[in-house]
Amino acid sequence: MISDLFSVTVLVGILASGIRLATPYLYAAIGETFGQRSGVLNLGVEGQMLLGAFAAFYVARTTGNLGLAVLVAMLVGAIMGLAMAFVTVNLHAQQGISGIGFYLFGLGLSDLLFQKMLGTVETVRGFPKIHIPVLSDIPGLGEIFFSQNLLVYAAYLLVPIAWFVLNKTTLGLKIRSVGENPEAADSLGVSVAGIRYFTIVLAGTLSGIAGASLSIALLNVFQQNMTSGLGFIAVALVYFGGWRPWGVLGGALLFSMVNSLQLWIQVLGIPIPSDIAVMMPYVLTILVLVATVSRVRGPSALTKPFERED
Amino acid sequence: MKNTVRLFVLFVLLALVVGACGAPATEAPAMEEPFRVAVVMPSAINDLAFSQSMYDALLRIQEDMGGSENFEIVYSENMFVVDDAAAALRDYASQGFDLVIGHGSQYGSSLQEIAPDFPETSFAWGTTVDTFGLPNVFAYEAASDQGGYVNGVIAASLSESNTMGVVGPIETGDAKLYVDGFVAGAKATKPDIQVNVNYIGSFSDVALASEAANTHVSAGADVLTGTAQMVVGAIGVAEENNVLWFGTQSNQTSLAPSIVVASQVYHWEVVLAEIIELINAGTLGGQSFVIDLANGGEVIEFNPDYAVPAEVQALADTTIQGIIDGSIATK
Repeated sequence: MISDLFSVTVLVGILASGIRLATPYLYAAIGETFGQRSGVLNLGVEGQMLLGAFAAFYVARTTGNLGLAVLVAMLVGAIMGLAMAFVTVNLHAQQGISGIGFYLFGLGLSDLLFQKMLGTVETVRGFPKIHIPVLSDIPGLGEIFFSQNLLVYAAYLLVPIAWFVLNKTTLGLKIRSVGENPEAADSLGVSVAGIRYFTIVLAGTLSGIAGASLSIALLNVFQQNMTSGLGFIAVALVYFGGWRPWGVLGGALLFSMVNSLQLWIQVLGIPIPSDIAVMMPYVLTILVLVATVSRVRGPSALTKPFERED
Repeated sequence: MKNTVRLFVLFVLLALVVGACGAPATEAPAMEEPFRVAVVMPSAINDLAFSQSMYDALLRIQEDMGGSENFEIVYSENMFVVDDAAAALRDYASQGFDLVIGHGSQYGSSLQEIAPDFPETSFAWGTTVDTFGLPNVFAYEAASDQGGYVNGVIAASLSESNTMGVVGPIETGDAKLYVDGFVAGAKATKPDIQVNVNYIGSFSDVALASEAANTHVSAGADVLTGTAQMVVGAIGVAEENNVLWFGTQSNQTSLAPSIVVASQVYHWEVVLAEIIELINAGTLGGQSFVIDLANGGEVIEFNPDYAVPAEVQALADTTIQGIIDGSIATK
């Protein structure tokens, strides 16, 4: 039974599933990475994802225009981010609590809109799989890496871009300095509020796409609370990845691969109780976190509101 | 000043949240003494699964009884937090409803605590057979293994790859009954058929349900089934890969008309009608009920757009007959 796990079909299946499962995490967690590197913890990710998912689904359903659907999801996420930025940057609200507030707001509002505007679970024609010529014909690898939909490819492209912006640009330097030492950044003429507004709105926008990736690319349905905790796992992945885009990618892939591994373990009839199997990704994540947490230090000003002394 | 602003924002947020979550929806007020039912459900009334099966049943009863002036329905949906559900159940009981339903086995211990405080109110909960020995609690459950068995028989007859996949939520209660029934029906039809079962550990994780379905397809399944509200994710995968789907709890044909073959549909009104009759006659509880194929509480509804071969249809019919007359055991 265990040896069945090492057949080509199973390995390809695990990797292809893992790549898909990691997609919404990547969008949300990369966005969250920007926010946290500038010193803002956004726990409202899940709510932003739900609103993004609904907005994308509704637009795709009514207009059939998938590009427009993604744009609207981004816009909805950005507006949520703007509100979050106002509350945390201007009003200096406690970030954890206000984030939970935004989560509940998104959960409730997406549910309400769903009830009023759709009323029942329906399906939509979402982003089709794109088979990249030649590459998708490579046995195994083709199915894993080169036969996914557009939003999956874009999520992985986002990782090097985020790394580049954070580490190789002036903007990235400003973001990091605002998150480490906002007083010093401020004295050098960096607008702490401006940078934080930018990162929180960016995080919201990406969370909106994360939602869209579920409702119009991977699942093509909308259901109440369909994110089911994905947004909170995305926040955890930022810590897991040590606030680095590549670390976040590693964490998202590890979590998703183990999740798809446990699906296969059950399908192959390997005698492990299902309750234990579904725990695997969480247990493994906690273990890795415990093993690595002492090495990495988070942004010093994380969750600390900045008040200019003048 | 700062604090006042913060407080203000907090209140605005709270107001938005409370507003968005919404108060229980109420049907139009009645003219005189209607029968009043309140129901608390774990998911949404339109989940195409467990909660919808109860809501649809209440609507059918309402129609039979002549509309909302004779039969009033009030509900709280999405009560996945048991504490909230308990508060709602208590509220309804104190408002003098004739029947208060806790539609979810997770509400049992709450009901056990609340029911004795309202001896004049009748309670019902499911899916279970346990009335706690209380005189004002009814219990109901579905013999979902029966519909599962019939689905399994049809599914096995239609499978060409001889491999099928099941996407389940958590290995317990109604879900486990259905899944075990499905496997039993399949094996009875084709002893050598491979039925891969997967419990994803969640009633709401649509993304994981979808990947579970992908896993089954990769493992060679050409027929899928599943139970609970997160299967909408799996049905999408089934449609994309053009593999067949069998539904349960509610009729799931509308989600994928080209690949849904049949759904086991719960008609709780069979049980509800009996309970309402008992309440009107003065009995407030103490009995448990089961819906099954024999009493019409479970119905196998075929998708009219999917042509089932005549011999498979005949086999399905004899299987249903066999279960009803007891000659076929589904467990």
